[in-house]
Amino acid sequence: MALLEIRNLSVDFATHSGQFRAVDGVDVTVDEGDLLAIVGESGSGKSVSMLALMGLLPWTATVTADKLEFDGQDLRTISARARRRIVGKDISMIFQEPMSSLNPAFTIGWQIKESLRKHTDMTRSQRQDRAVELMRQVGIPAPEKRLQAYPHQLSGGMSQRAMIAMALANKPKLLIADEPTTALDVTIQAQILELLTGLQQETGMALVLITHDMGVVAETVQRVQVQYAGQRVELQEVGGLFQNPHHPYTAALLAALPERATEKRLPTIPGVVPGQFDRPAGCLFSPRCSFADARCIAQRPSPAGPELGRALCHYPLIDGQPTGKESAA
Amino acid sequence: MLSFLIRRLATFIPTFIGVTVIAFAFIRLLPGDPILLLAGERGVSAERYAELQHQFGFDQPVWRQYIDYVIGIFHGDLGTSFSTKRPVLDEFMQLFPATVELGLCAIVLATLIGIPAGVIAAVNRGKFFDQALMSSALVGYSMPIFWWALLLIIVFSGTLGWTPVSGRMGLQYYFDTPTGFMLIDSLLSGQSGAFRSAVSHLILPTIALATIPLAVIARQTRSAMLEVLGEDYVRTARAKGMSPLRVNGVHALRNALIPVVTVIGLSVGTLLAGAILTETIFSWPGIGKWMVDSIFRRDYQVVQGGLLLIALVVMIVNLIVDVLYGFINPKIRKG
Repeated sequence: MALLEIRNLSVDFATHSGQFRAVDGVDVTVDEGDLLAIVGESGSGKSVSMLALMGLLPWTATVTADKLEFDGQDLRTISARARRRIVGKDISMIFQEPMSSLNPAFTIGWQIKESLRKHTDMTRSQRQDRAVELMRQVGIPAPEKRLQAYPHQLSGGMSQRAMIAMALANKPKLLIADEPTTALDVTIQAQILELLTGLQQETGMALVLITHDMGVVAETVQRVQVQYAGQRVELQEVGGLFQNPHHPYTAALLAALPERATEKRLPTIPGVVPGQFDRPAGCLFSPRCSFADARCIAQRPSPAGPELGRALCHYPLIDGQPTGKESAA
Repeated sequence: MLSFLIRRLATFIPTFIGVTVIAFAFIRLLPGDPILLLAGERGVSAERYAELQHQFGFDQPVWRQYIDYVIGIFHGDLGTSFSTKRPVLDEFMQLFPATVELGLCAIVLATLIGIPAGVIAAVNRGKFFDQALMSSALVGYSMPIFWWALLLIIVFSGTLGWTPVSGRMGLQYYFDTPTGFMLIDSLLSGQSGAFRSAVSHLILPTIALATIPLAVIARQTRSAMLEVLGEDYVRTARAKGMSPLRVNGVHALRNALIPVVTVIGLSVGTLLAGAILTETIFSWPGIGKWMVDSIFRRDYQVVQGGLLLIALVVMIVNLIVDVLYGFINPKIRKG
């Protein structure tokens, strides 16, 4: 049985100009010890779908799903109190901005131990020992001293390490890392990713890495889920995805990687992710897709089979070429 | 911390000089001659007038009077009241506890109600409680204190007869006042009913005096909370599975308190100003009423000394607020 199973998750935000659908029928499956990346541009609904799982969306959001199960518990029907016993214990999350994600009014130690106090029966001294152990585990030197530091006394990289220590406090089964390296220096980024994957192997927890950086994906994960405009457009093993992307969007993302560029000018994807008012009637990617035809513009595609990476496309690519055009014509 | 205190104390000196100049100059700018006022309707002969002028030092040039005044301050001598012939400092010390008692009760009431109300309003932003609270805060803030105090007296003392109209203690009780705080002294006296009487005398003046600070604190808490609730660390706290009470009341409020403490500190100045009206209306024997009476009597020495002491109190309270900041906001701790 999967650790996390989400079927047909949609999130709508009430805005002044009507409903805005940020997540549109997304499926996510995470097994125990899994290492999944969710990739996509800004506005592709990657973070929102995970925040919906955590119950961290503002009240303007409406969450619907056919299935939203974690560890055998249905999160759709669970009470807020029961969800708070899972969130922060079995599922934890770290965020994009480590500096502003730590509370400036309390010491690092206080914030880590607060998590332990909430979810365990540890005594005061056990909590202290566990906090020191966690700080050491995430590679923070002089843990006893740093526990007494306030967030403003730590660098960005150290803050993210402290956030990770806090997230790991109760040995979660699932850690969601929402663009954990975006706000950090390039040199620190690699260290944090290494730390995360190392900890994942060490503890056997599942890790969901939300990112917009394909380079990060190639180095760290096993499976990749590509999202576009709130929909899942492809799901593949990392090797297959890089070799043979089946969705034109994935292919275009990969072509835009500097490491894979063959020409002098780096290829880009023209246009932007559709917003509230310019949502296409057919395939959401059709206005930006180089293979799109009349059918793509008019008709919504349905996902292909697992052999084609469940690509949400009328003409899934094989070796860079669209297939199935003849049969449709 | 120590060097911070020393630097902060150094700023006392120019402020203090400014206060002495203002206190000294203000009363002399007011029309009216204190000696003629003292003499009353019978008038005074020219020789007696000159003698009195000499006795009070009014025949000296103004700068000379100022220097004598400042030298006196450093000897703990703030002059003697013309009307009661008692040292100003003694009178102040005798009346000050009454004002402190009233002021403390008012600020405690304003804080205890204002902060939770502001938090609840922010958490329920735009809903009924928020709108009701913010409208009442606006009314409370705009209401003239003397009118509001009279209204309270008419309703609760007059019509309902629940509370006494004025003073600090029922006339049937008599006891020593070693601390000057009626709440404490009435308990020490051991007379049954005395404490109850002290409380009932305090209620209306406290409400009248607390109204404006309460409105200000509630509004400030609400706006600070709204700002803080959007912060990433609030989301982190929720991601840790913390209850809404803990997220709002500990993680958010602790950060929102920084501007609120400033407002509470500033309210102390407003409170002393408000005490002048409140004490006069409720015949509360504190320094507010004392100052008003002295101004009407042209009691130079009392007004001068009183202004100085009140300014000193405000300065000390602001110093305490600055020190408190350090405890609330770790970023400005350490010297």
